[in-house]
Amino acid sequence: MSENSCEASRRGFLKGAAVAAFALAPGVMLVAGPAPARPPHVPARETQRWGLLVDTTRCTQDCTACLSACRTENRLHSFNRPQTDPQWLRKVHLRNESTGAEHHLPVMCQHCAEPPCVDVCPTGASFKRADGIVLVDRHICIGCRYCMMACPYKARSFVHEPITDQNPEVPRGKGCVEACTLCVHRVDRGEVPACVEACAGNGNGAMLFGDLNDPDSEIARRVRQVGTRQLREDLGLNTGVRYEGM
Amino acid sequence: MHNAAFRSVPAYTSGWFVLLGGLAVLLLAGLGAFYYMEHNGHHVTGMTNQVVWGMPHVFAVFLIVAASGALNVASIASVFGRKLYKPLAPLSALLALALLAGGLAVLVLDLGRPDRLVVAMTHYNFKSIFAWNVILYTGFFVVVGLYVWTMLDRTVPHLQKPAGMLAFLWRLTLTTGTGSIFGFLVAREAYNSAIMAPLFIAMSFAFGLAIFLLVLMAGYGMLGRPLGDALVTRLARLLAVFVAAVLYFVAVQHLTNLYITERHGVEAFILRDGGVYTLLFWAVQIVLGSLLPLVLLLHPGLVRKRANVALASLLVVVGGLAQVYVIIIGGQAYPLETFPGYEVVASGFFDGQTHAYTPSLPEIVLGLGGIGIALVIVMLGVSALRFLPASLSDEAVGAEA
Repeated sequence: MSENSCEASRRGFLKGAAVAAFALAPGVMLVAGPAPARPPHVPARETQRWGLLVDTTRCTQDCTACLSACRTENRLHSFNRPQTDPQWLRKVHLRNESTGAEHHLPVMCQHCAEPPCVDVCPTGASFKRADGIVLVDRHICIGCRYCMMACPYKARSFVHEPITDQNPEVPRGKGCVEACTLCVHRVDRGEVPACVEACAGNGNGAMLFGDLNDPDSEIARRVRQVGTRQLREDLGLNTGVRYEGM
Repeated sequence: MHNAAFRSVPAYTSGWFVLLGGLAVLLLAGLGAFYYMEHNGHHVTGMTNQVVWGMPHVFAVFLIVAASGALNVASIASVFGRKLYKPLAPLSALLALALLAGGLAVLVLDLGRPDRLVVAMTHYNFKSIFAWNVILYTGFFVVVGLYVWTMLDRTVPHLQKPAGMLAFLWRLTLTTGTGSIFGFLVAREAYNSAIMAPLFIAMSFAFGLAIFLLVLMAGYGMLGRPLGDALVTRLARLLAVFVAAVLYFVAVQHLTNLYITERHGVEAFILRDGGVYTLLFWAVQIVLGSLLPLVLLLHPGLVRKRANVALASLLVVVGGLAQVYVIIIGGQAYPLETFPGYEVVASGFFDGQTHAYTPSLPEIVLGLGGIGIALVIVMLGVSALRFLPASLSDEAVGAEA
């Protein structure tokens, strides 16, 4: 189904802290994402932990707004070879084996606090930024694919063929491993990830992005107030992506 | 050593050129396959984003595991003082080096960015067992190279035992590292177990000795040098012990998994429902690669026939390749359990589905190229230096058949 069909249900758009404008004080307006832009010379801060909360009760089967936005933003072109095409973000349809309850949710790199991909990477190409975003340093990735073996979420993919028409802000290359960057280039500009923006715009407002470490952030409030789950919680990886309504 | 006269293999004969030419073709075909895959990208292989390690890894892991096992004959002589095996020790060490070189070549040439090998040698994440393996593999060349020197240079006999001991400990560590590549994978139900390390050590004993026996018998046959029954029969019985040890660890691995409810799925896949993996496990790994060799090697009448020992060794190699295939490919074909308690109704990335993998020709040729590299190294080694005793007859080695 087309993305436009998602427009009908734009609930939650204004609820998302992401692209809202807040009046801080008379005469002071902050129009931004979850945090101000980070100048290039300022390192990412350990005091921040970027996270994503998905409300599975809002995510619907027919909406693909996040998928399209991710592909467009990161220029993930398909070669019509589904098995080797880039796999950054997918929608899954799950049915609870005991209750029969059904859920639809986007799944991407879960940006673990204890990422197995970082543990196993021989060269340190797989790394976690101070603010919790898990990335691949394309300069020292040797393409061994051990991180893909280690990731519990099938979140990583290997560039199987030459690629053209790249987004200069999202460098990719044949023979390297890649995954969702949480749109780190946008986050550093003070924007939210493309999927979150699309979900709030054309989708159902099911995704909330923010700083899990900031007790006053919307996402921190939500995870405090409602029951949320991490995928493969049993592994104790402390994921930055959380799901509610499951 | 029994004052055995070591002789290098006469080079530049017509037979020598034919054999080297044949091996060179294998090696060059492997390089061609590498170029084809590297130029086009891995989409021309059977590998996908679901099965990320394919046939090259099967060959590479098999050769690397066999490499450390090939050193065993030397270790038995130097570390455990069995004089009978002393004349075989130099070949054992050379074969170990050659197999490791062949295996590593395949591994490196299958990387997405083999041009960044220097990065792998200069950037280390010490929490990664892969990084430790880079050090262990490189160190193996140094340590075993040193050991070879103590064996070939008759002026340093006092260094032979300590060097042999160091090489023995190093090889045990190395295979522990190779097994732990799989043992340390937290999310894959087929791996993720401490048993992978000892299992791989047992596998290395069996694969390495089987290849050693094949090279020894083929080499001495081609050279027309005497090879007595005493050595062959003892090595054959030793191979039976190693094959039985692998069976033991395989049994414990699967029994443990069968006991753990959450692993019933992966066990059912490998042992019963996995199609080609189930067939490879039972028919090739267990029956052809383990039970049949055990019969051939333990039956007092059968083991005395040289052809049976050769057949048993060949079967152990074939069964070993099947075992590594089932471990590496079968373990990935079984889907990751990303959503415990949920059935995956639909997924954009094939969650919850058995992943298909068909090895492509270039992947197989690259793997065979690794075997070519190993055998070329052995051939050049025995031609250039005195690795092989002139005679391994029962009288020469001082043993009764």
